[in-house]
Amino acid sequence: MTPSTTFQRPSHIARLGTVFVDIIVRPSGAIGLTLVIAHLVLALIAPFVVPYDFTEMNATLVMAPPSSLHWLGTDHLGRDTLTRTLMGGREAILVTGIATPLAVMWGGLVGIFFGLAGGKLDEVLMRIVDAFLSLPWILKMLVLIVTFGTGIEVLIPTLAFFYGIPVIRIARAATHDVVARDFVQAARARGHSKMTIIRQELLPNVRDALLVEGAMRWSWMLLAFSSLSFLGFGVSPPTPDWGLMIADARGFMSFSPLGVLAPMVGLSSLIIGINLTADALAKALGIDRAQKAPV
Amino acid sequence: MLAMLFRRLGLGAITVWLVSVIIFLGVEMLPGDACTAFLEREAKGKLLENCREDLGLNRPALMRYTEWAKGAVQGDLGVSAKGQKPISELVGYRLRNTLLLASGAILAGIPLALFLGVVSALWRDRPVDIVVSTLAIFAMTIPEFVSATLLILVFSVWLGWVPGIVLTPANAPLVEFFPEVLLPITVLTLVMTAHILRTVRSSVIEALASDYAQMARLKGVPYWQMVFRHVLPNALLPAINVIALTIAWLLGGVVVIETVFNYPGLGRMMIDSISDRDLPVTQAIALIIATVYVGVNLAADILTLLANPRLRTMHIRKG
Repeated sequence: MTPSTTFQRPSHIARLGTVFVDIIVRPSGAIGLTLVIAHLVLALIAPFVVPYDFTEMNATLVMAPPSSLHWLGTDHLGRDTLTRTLMGGREAILVTGIATPLAVMWGGLVGIFFGLAGGKLDEVLMRIVDAFLSLPWILKMLVLIVTFGTGIEVLIPTLAFFYGIPVIRIARAATHDVVARDFVQAARARGHSKMTIIRQELLPNVRDALLVEGAMRWSWMLLAFSSLSFLGFGVSPPTPDWGLMIADARGFMSFSPLGVLAPMVGLSSLIIGINLTADALAKALGIDRAQKAPV
Repeated sequence: MLAMLFRRLGLGAITVWLVSVIIFLGVEMLPGDACTAFLEREAKGKLLENCREDLGLNRPALMRYTEWAKGAVQGDLGVSAKGQKPISELVGYRLRNTLLLASGAILAGIPLALFLGVVSALWRDRPVDIVVSTLAIFAMTIPEFVSATLLILVFSVWLGWVPGIVLTPANAPLVEFFPEVLLPITVLTLVMTAHILRTVRSSVIEALASDYAQMARLKGVPYWQMVFRHVLPNALLPAINVIALTIAWLLGGVVVIETVFNYPGLGRMMIDSISDRDLPVTQAIALIIATVYVGVNLAADILTLLANPRLRTMHIRKG
């Protein structure tokens, strides 16, 4: 051992590369990432590759079984199930894909700030966070959605707001772990402002935890989004959406089980893909997620 | 010790109070009120004014909040806007039905989760662990309405073993809910088991790698004795909190499951009340669910405190 060597910090890109390799060498990470990427690509190209228009109805072919024309059969209005399944994730991915980074950003910043500031204000904030978390998610979402309507412009801020609240907790806990360490004390002793400490000392150390949290939040948001669609509070017909499709086809599943099975496979594979990736990411970054609560 | 207990109780009470404020404000935000919902299209002019006068809706919000909160503490949750019935009456059976669902899932899920969690930790990375952990990820991440619909398709449409839809009225005796309640319980159990078993697994693995477990092995304690005497008591303590969180989450998360199965519980009542704009009912149900959540978490905190000798003496060591 040569004690005099200085530790060379790897560049961000090199580190990203290592993390990426670390994810794909794990079987769960490889499968998960493949699923996620496949879904993202599909969401982009779906409108150009689907065989039919998703609103096109065929009154002579209602709840038809699979055929060479309609590989997965048709739904109760004679619309092509394959087309609608392939298109069914676009709205969900768009909404949650915008809402997740927003949630992580606002929740993360608030959590870091109060984790650093501490004191009475922090105590009060945590009580409010606890109060919010003790309400079932669906109630909170529904109140806002019933108030403001069900469009994307309502769903994105609503999801971002409510799913940022648990992030506050995670960011605050991660900040507490860091704040007590020497380099933060040193920065304080140097007289740096709170903002500088947050930017230079806390963010780089809390970023990993937030990244993993963001990945998990994404899957929970998708779950919430599709549950809302299923319950009739999400996207409105005739937009193809997995949750909505399952709700529609449920009444007819004894005649055409593919009508529910196809969107199920679509939705489940995306959510499982995200979770596997998040798990692999957590392991690659050395963050233990297992103790996290299901809220 | 006692001081710590009181502190927790106090925090719990503050949380419930905050929740009641949030609920009240949230419902205030909703467009329309109990009167516009009740009168529907005739909600204008004199009729609307009279109705608001009758229900006291024209008084300031703070006054209405105080009155509502005072009533809620005494078990009077107000009057439903639709049926003009006391809410405690409406909620009673629904709460009972949801508790039936939840207790079924708890009774089946917790032992199953503890067993599978310990087994998959002890045989970590072996086939049994891989199978259990993979299934857990599936059960945990797939939305409840998907697994519920899938179970209905397989067990009631294809196999015809159990009914897929609950048709029993809300106020029927509990016995009549069998066998209809079995599928909803199964869905709940699946999700709950997955969450708990993952925590149990990781905390057992952590305990197995700890110094005291190593020490026990090194001084010659047989493997199984080490597992049962040294590892499990330490590892299962943190599980109490996760079990509590899961149970608490379960009471809110049943909403979707109850809707899928048409189960007459609190969750479906909540959805209905929101769609119907029956605000007093929404407020009441939200308050009940939140109180249960806080209560269960509090119970877990206290239980952990009582069961863990290290936490019990913490204040002494802290000086």
